[in-house]
Amino acid sequence: MRFTKDHEWIAVDGGTATVGITAFAAGQLGDVVYVELPEVGRAVARGEGFAVVESVKAASDVYAPVSGEVVEVNAALSAAPETVNAEPQAGGWLVRLRLADPSELDGLMDQAAYDALVAET
Amino acid sequence: MNMVDVGRPTRPEAGEPAAQGRFETRPATLTGGSGLQQPEGLLFEVGGLDRCGVDLPEPELDASDLGDLVRHGEIGLPGLSEPETVRHYVRLSQKNHAIDLALYPLGSCTMKHNPRLNEKLARLPGLADIHPLQPVSTVQGALELMDALAHWLKTVTGMAAVALSPKAGAHGELCGLLAIRAAHEARGDARRTVLAPTSAHGTNPATAAQAGYAVASIAQTADGRVDIADLAAKLGPHVAAVMVTNPNTCGLFERDILEIARLTHEAGAYFYCDGANFNAIVGRVRPADLGVDAMHINLHKTFSTPHGGGGPGAGPVVLSQALAGFAPVPWIVARDGRFDLVEHVEEEAAQAFGRLCAFHGQMGMFVRAYAYMLSHGADGLRQVAEDAVLNANYVKARLSDLMPPAFDGPCMHEALFDDAWLDGTGLSTLDIAKALIDEGFHPMTVYFPLVVRGAMLIEPTETESKAELDRFVEAMRAIAAAAPAPGAAGLFKGAPYHAPLRRLDETLAARSPRLVWKPDGGLS
Amino acid sequence: MRYLPLTGADRRAMLATIGAPTVDALFEDVPAEARRDGLVDLPRGQGELEVERALQRLAAKNLPAGAAPFFCGAGAYRHHVPASVDHLIQRSEFLTAYTPYQPEIAQGSLQTVFEFQTQVAALTGMEVANASMYDGSTAAAEAVLMAMRITRRGRAVLSPGLHPHYAEAVAAQVRPAGGKVARLPLAVDAEAASIEAVDADTACVVVQTPNLFGTASDLSGLAEAVHARGALLVVVTTEAVSLGLLKPPGEMGADIVAAEGQSIGNGLNFGGPYVGLFATRERYVRQAPGRLCGQTVDADGRRGFVLTLSTREQHIRREKATSNICTNSGLCALAFSIHMTLLGQAGLKRLALLNHQAARRLKSALDEVPGVEVLTPRFFNELAVRLPRPAAAVAEALAAKGILAGVPVSRLAPGAGFDDVLLAAATETTTEDDIARLAAALKEVFA
Repeated sequence: MRFTKDHEWIAVDGGTATVGITAFAAGQLGDVVYVELPEVGRAVARGEGFAVVESVKAASDVYAPVSGEVVEVNAALSAAPETVNAEPQAGGWLVRLRLADPSELDGLMDQAAYDALVAET
Repeated sequence: MNMVDVGRPTRPEAGEPAAQGRFETRPATLTGGSGLQQPEGLLFEVGGLDRCGVDLPEPELDASDLGDLVRHGEIGLPGLSEPETVRHYVRLSQKNHAIDLALYPLGSCTMKHNPRLNEKLARLPGLADIHPLQPVSTVQGALELMDALAHWLKTVTGMAAVALSPKAGAHGELCGLLAIRAAHEARGDARRTVLAPTSAHGTNPATAAQAGYAVASIAQTADGRVDIADLAAKLGPHVAAVMVTNPNTCGLFERDILEIARLTHEAGAYFYCDGANFNAIVGRVRPADLGVDAMHINLHKTFSTPHGGGGPGAGPVVLSQALAGFAPVPWIVARDGRFDLVEHVEEEAAQAFGRLCAFHGQMGMFVRAYAYMLSHGADGLRQVAEDAVLNANYVKARLSDLMPPAFDGPCMHEALFDDAWLDGTGLSTLDIAKALIDEGFHPMTVYFPLVVRGAMLIEPTETESKAELDRFVEAMRAIAAAAPAPGAAGLFKGAPYHAPLRRLDETLAARSPRLVWKPDGGLS
Repeated sequence: MRYLPLTGADRRAMLATIGAPTVDALFEDVPAEARRDGLVDLPRGQGELEVERALQRLAAKNLPAGAAPFFCGAGAYRHHVPASVDHLIQRSEFLTAYTPYQPEIAQGSLQTVFEFQTQVAALTGMEVANASMYDGSTAAAEAVLMAMRITRRGRAVLSPGLHPHYAEAVAAQVRPAGGKVARLPLAVDAEAASIEAVDADTACVVVQTPNLFGTASDLSGLAEAVHARGALLVVVTTEAVSLGLLKPPGEMGADIVAAEGQSIGNGLNFGGPYVGLFATRERYVRQAPGRLCGQTVDADGRRGFVLTLSTREQHIRREKATSNICTNSGLCALAFSIHMTLLGQAGLKRLALLNHQAARRLKSALDEVPGVEVLTPRFFNELAVRLPRPAAAVAEALAAKGILAGVPVSRLAPGAGFDDVLLAAATETTTEDDIARLAAALKEVFA
């Protein structure tokens, strides 16, 4: 699993990757009430906002850690948005992407680097 | 994702029951009554589909001429007799706080007293029972009143013209930006960006986006004001307007406002001023003298028209000479000793950007505001600003030892505090707000402006007596003294205890929205 | 001054507490160039008696609807509002309360908003409604923007019977947002023809019933055709009482309803404040503008109400909000709701029928006036009447005789080919004597 400085995580499996927001981000947001997900088939560029995670008092844009095409979205979040709080880095995943350029992963943080970032926040 | 730290608890946390006798021990009532306060269900539970509180004659003709266009079946609207209707609403009113009950310290809202003379005059048949489209010759008094109101607004601001039709402050912002957009287009100079400070009220960027602009932020200095260097760096030929609130949302006067105006104009942009805080300077400072090109005035703030639980308001926009020609129709014009309405984009109003809304504006609010202006006069309005600023500084001075203000120096009509004084207590600004409810006051504005952590914005207004200010200060001081006590957090997190309801589950409301009554009654 | 409680002694004591020598010292940040030591050039303050006299003098220069046979409509209608409505909205706790952001001490406002939302949804036949917009015309503009967000298309078709003020308000708000507006030429009864203007970039068709000319239509066929082309149907109504008699938009396939609620609970007030009704399908609610009130429970499990789905709104979403609206029309919505409660559906149905009856009587009387032709084929309470002379001059002539005969179409749309058409509305307040006097005056004018 790798991380962005904007608190997204990405887990790669061959040519596709699963993306979500970290436990730290979910905690900061508070109770998630709604998740706005992109359409399957949409192309996203690295750093582009592709989803919105809403709590009662805030709406946060989620940015794509890498470029790719959306191949699957977590439809279960529609009925159970609280999964993002309960399992942000497992069942609360947001989208699966087909990677356009796997080399973009090199620029992301590993767990240790991300933990250090959170400690500073 | 972009980290937004305004997220705060929206599900009631478990608060510990009182340890210190906060609850008096009262015997339970026999049938669940609560003294003077009456329980009341939903209209759909207490009303009936066949009940009615209005006596209407039996129709003699039918609707057979309308055939299939006629509605069939139940509409789903219950009725009540008049006595039951009155009880329903009077009982519900018991559950509301209001200005008429106590100081209502909502910063940025200007919760001043709503004079009852204004209510009486707005209901004169000659002003209330007139149709916007009856012949202009039959409503000369109405047009004269609107013209007089316009004169007062222009004089008190020093501006050349005023668009009266916007129906609220945000609507006024839209009006101003659309006039600015039209002015640029008339010069063949279409620009695409609006600048606003990070402390701006949410309506500013929302309005700019609605007007078709991209929004860029101007940074703030450590002393809570617009960062002039950042503004200068961000200005350019692509900037249509700069939107600044003055006094700003931190309750401070923008000392460098003349420089802000100068830089804006030099770049070919217009200076839009959000006039929500005009109460601090009305009668003492004229926005025209500050270089403002357009400013909306919230009649429901500075000019006392009632807040009504969420409107109606009115947001007329004063305009500089450069923008006057682009104001939306209708225009009121004086011709041959009579008043007339220019209602189409033609003649004098050939450059108007169009029409913002149906008819002529919020006449009911114009009558109230005009009566307020006549009652105060130039001398009274100046006194309003002075007392508003005095009251806010007094409250600030009496709280500063326990709650340091967010910024140094005198404030204008509202005092801003952050939550640094709560560090180590485990309490949040929200907990302080809820505790204030138990002490008898509506909470101050919280978590706005966004630039200050855990913001608490207190605006007493000029219609508060010193005794009421002192009562509020004592409540705040008691809360501030109680907050750091060991074990206090549990108690605070359960507040309010003395309101008609305890803290409500906003998470549930957002996850399972139930926006209309349904026969099953529960929450899915 | 009667609204300012501070005394001179108070002010001195407070300055001492603050540590400032004078109030002027608190204004030290005002640039010297902008400081004014004197008063602005306006009269000094006056007592209640003088202010009353000034306003009464102005009021006396107007001819109120109640003092004349009155037939003006065209988007604002004169109905009888029961006395208790105005009495209840003036209770301190409703009149002087703020927007209900602190729900524990605002259940009065919140429950009445929830009831209002339910009433509006029921009345329009839709699934959900918001807490109100400023008025019907801005509600229509917001409906178009919402349809554009939902369909991701950029064009709106405005049907031939849409009130010109509404069409102009839509255009003023939609064009800067990058949208295109196609306004079809005014026509008495051509709503169905709107479909011909629908293309692949059309987000919605905005159609009004009863329309500007008073014509009531069944929009089901149009709704089907519009949906088949991937667009939405926005239905406008400017006379809310009509929904007590006519098939509601929700039963005809409307996706969004933008209506004017003034007819219920609120007087004419020379055009404002009014109350915009906004209703839609549940699945579109997150794209809706304005405040929404929802049901929930408190910490003790008791039912309560809160503002919800707030992340759509400006104070949270800022430049990405569904609308910039903040203050809406709360007290007018309350007046609507109280009047609706007094009526109930039984009363509303009867009231609507009385309105239709008055219009049928008006038509019968006008049919007897030589040279005058009623154009409206199917009406609720308003008729478009072709006169043998320009309608504006006729309305002026009748006003001079103390009769407010109606609204000339040329007032709203000059040069659109309807300069000889007068819009005349009749409500439950219109008497047979009023109608007789109008008919007699018209006969005299055209003799």
